Amino acid sequence: MIDTSWLKISKSGLYIVPAKAHIDPVRSVNTAIITHGHADHARAGHKHVIATPQTLEIMAVRYGANFAEQKTAVKYNQKIQLAGVNLTLIPAGHVLGSAQIAMEYADTKIIAAGDYKRKSDPTCAPFQVEKCDVFITEATFGLPVFSHPTPEAEIQKLLEVQQLFPERSVIIGAYSLGKAQRIIALLRAAGYEDTIFIHGAMKKLCELYVSFGIELGSLQTTPIGRIDNQQISLANKFILAPPSAMGTKWAQRLCDPLVVSASGWMQVRQRAKQGGVELPLVISDHADWNDILRTIKEVEASEVWVTHGREDAIIHACTQMGLAAKALSLIGYEDESE
Amino acid sequence: MKIFADLLHSLLYAPQRLVKQAYLVEFIKNTPDPDRGYALSALTGELSIQGVKAGLIRKIAYQKCDPVLFDLSYDFVGDLAETTALIWPNTTRQVSGIRISDIISKLKTANRIDAGTLVQEWLDQLPESQRWALLKLLTGGLRVGVSARMVRLALAQSYQIDVNEIEQIWPLIEPPYLELFNWLDGKADKPDAAGRAVFRPMMLAHPLLESEIAEMDFASFQAEWKWDGARIQLVSGSDGVRIFSRSGDDISGTFPEIAKPLSWHGVIDGELLAGNPNKIGSFQQLQLRLNRKKPSVKMISETPVFMRVYDILFDNNIDVREHPLEYRREVLEAQMKTGLKTCYLDLSPILADASLANLQTWRQQCRAGGLIEGVMLKNKTSSYQAGRIKGSWFKWKRDPLTADLVILYAQRGHGKRSSFFSDFTLGAWGEGSEYDAQTLLPVAKAYSGFTDDELKKLDKFVRENIIQKFGPVREVEKTLVVEIAFDSVQYSKRHKSGIATRFPRFKAIRWDKPARDANSISDLIAMIDI
Ligand SMILES: [Zn+2]
Ligand SMILES: [Zn+2]
Repeated sequence: MIDTSWLKISKSGLYIVPAKAHIDPVRSVNTAIITHGHADHARAGHKHVIATPQTLEIMAVRYGANFAEQKTAVKYNQKIQLAGVNLTLIPAGHVLGSAQIAMEYADTKIIAAGDYKRKSDPTCAPFQVEKCDVFITEATFGLPVFSHPTPEAEIQKLLEVQQLFPERSVIIGAYSLGKAQRIIALLRAAGYEDTIFIHGAMKKLCELYVSFGIELGSLQTTPIGRIDNQQISLANKFILAPPSAMGTKWAQRLCDPLVVSASGWMQVRQRAKQGGVELPLVISDHADWNDILRTIKEVEASEVWVTHGREDAIIHACTQMGLAAKALSLIGYEDESE
Repeated sequence: MKIFADLLHSLLYAPQRLVKQAYLVEFIKNTPDPDRGYALSALTGELSIQGVKAGLIRKIAYQKCDPVLFDLSYDFVGDLAETTALIWPNTTRQVSGIRISDIISKLKTANRIDAGTLVQEWLDQLPESQRWALLKLLTGGLRVGVSARMVRLALAQSYQIDVNEIEQIWPLIEPPYLELFNWLDGKADKPDAAGRAVFRPMMLAHPLLESEIAEMDFASFQAEWKWDGARIQLVSGSDGVRIFSRSGDDISGTFPEIAKPLSWHGVIDGELLAGNPNKIGSFQQLQLRLNRKKPSVKMISETPVFMRVYDILFDNNIDVREHPLEYRREVLEAQMKTGLKTCYLDLSPILADASLANLQTWRQQCRAGGLIEGVMLKNKTSSYQAGRIKGSWFKWKRDPLTADLVILYAQRGHGKRSSFFSDFTLGAWGEGSEYDAQTLLPVAKAYSGFTDDELKKLDKFVRENIIQKFGPVREVEKTLVVEIAFDSVQYSKRHKSGIATRFPRFKAIRWDKPARDANSISDLIAMIDI
């Protein structure tokens, strides 16, 4: 019999009772185990933070070096103990440093996968399959309409429009952590060697990726003032900016920009169309429907808990597969952080 | 099918009208008949394929995919064609070169069961983008931001002719518009409308904006009441009298008491109202008639309708549309006493002395009853043209009614809004209803009127205040008050509260207001005008 009584849902999120530690808490707590650096998972204000070295560095970039009183860096697959609970952080393939939290206690092994994906990504360690009794999965793209194509094929579309419209700047909306670096790395892998321009908000995170040995080639922070004075032409160049900057003055200063958006949501056409997207790219840092189901099978868990996203469909599919499944209905994790 | 799929994709993501039009022109120039006509008719909404309806697509999809998963997906995507296209598995049996015209001719001769098999077969043979295009073609409602008008503009541009020439013959032609293309390609004569009872596109009004009032020269406008009925066109030709809705649907069968032969031939424009010219019935009575395709004799005698006429397009087969409104009005007034003199036609009066002061007073009086929504202002020199013409016709609606209501339930939006809780059910306190004064009863469903920023805040409110789930519906804490604007309130037997609001939309979110200060059913009943 598996015993899961030691892992509870509190107002702050998942709570490991014997270890007195939360996973990705949405409120300030004493001990937080952080799966990855996205803002809705890695919040500021915890006393003690346990995470991979990469995630700790990302949080330092986001919140300043003193973001916690105590920091414990745990490498991938390094085993630690917290009040009798065995903990291991294993690669989740989501963004740099992203980890699944494997917990063992009372003869039961539970894995909280955090956000994860199975498609190739040159900027982070690939998802590691680890068998467990209970698997806690996200469900951001947990509907059978989501079937993400290979990112390499999507990047080709980007190179095609750049050739088709030599007089336009190609502005790509992508989240500053993970998605931006992945697109840069994919462009490099496709043979694009020219300087890529990035929004100021991405500079530090790109430098951090490079410091962890991920090659991003020649990058330049977009000189807003100089675009304004027409001293620099960004025609036929790629410019990366966070989605929040796309509609702003910053973007309007570019000459005749061709707006690209890269996310798993781009598969739903009416949704892609909003925000004036001219080229939607289906590049996601989350697992699609088939990959979620494949992962559930591969970890051979007898119970599946579903956190944020389209829980209903995943639970239905698990039930069809003969697995016990339930929704955790955790609040505070946003769909859009992708 | 690939060319059509590429066209739809380009149109969907083209940022501006001009770019869309350019894609259409390219398509018209490079696509053979009859495929281009069929494709264009899908865009104008005129293509109808017998036997392939949403129900059939859903049935096919259910056979291919778990119905529960399909429904959940559909609820998220919000579009049947797109959901089906996305969920359909890719096969290795893909075939290229399937033409729209093949598809349509095969479906025309197929019965319902064959049609289902054919569609399944095609879905197996096409990649996702073409599956989407095929299903869009079959089910209509393309939602790629192209109007019928834009298609006609593109046709005019492709052949370098005046768009009005195309507008004029449009009512005569049917998909795949071979009559039109043969004429445009110089292979046949221009199609001729003379004497045929066909629909002519209607002239529409712009809403008068607050900012435009100061610059209006009211003396050059003819003022009329804006009736709160259904806009119709009556066409009398050698082949009989037909009634058309605003969008050009033939609704003669629904209103046999009006679609009766006349010795006068021509086209008039007006408002369909319930009751008779001496006593107008309520909008609900009209709705009753609009909803019944073939009314019984009893219904016709109990709930009669009549037409209040305000314009004339053809008089005894002479096209008067190019003449100024003042002239058309004279012709109309003369005919109302002779060729159009019947008990079911009457003239919409002109409001004398349309000064700004008078207009303001009239707008305020609208609420006093009589099924008036506001005033119409029509430039006396305006010719009758299809669509909304700048500076010609304005509608100046009465101020909407407002009430403070409490958010009861929320649901995710569809398509582009699927990530937000954007559809709200709002309630008023039970006082004045047959329920307890302390309960909140649903009176409106609203999903517009807020800014993107407000939507984000509303979404956040919902997420943080969920108390129960019913499928896709979330019940929330009854704490948030919203000021809702709406056009009118009616009694309704179908609603628990006994009333229904028309066109409710958000006016302001009252974060400050406690729920107990929201309005009650009796407050809303006091706003019913007829
Ligand atoms: Zn994430
Ligand atoms: Zn997440």
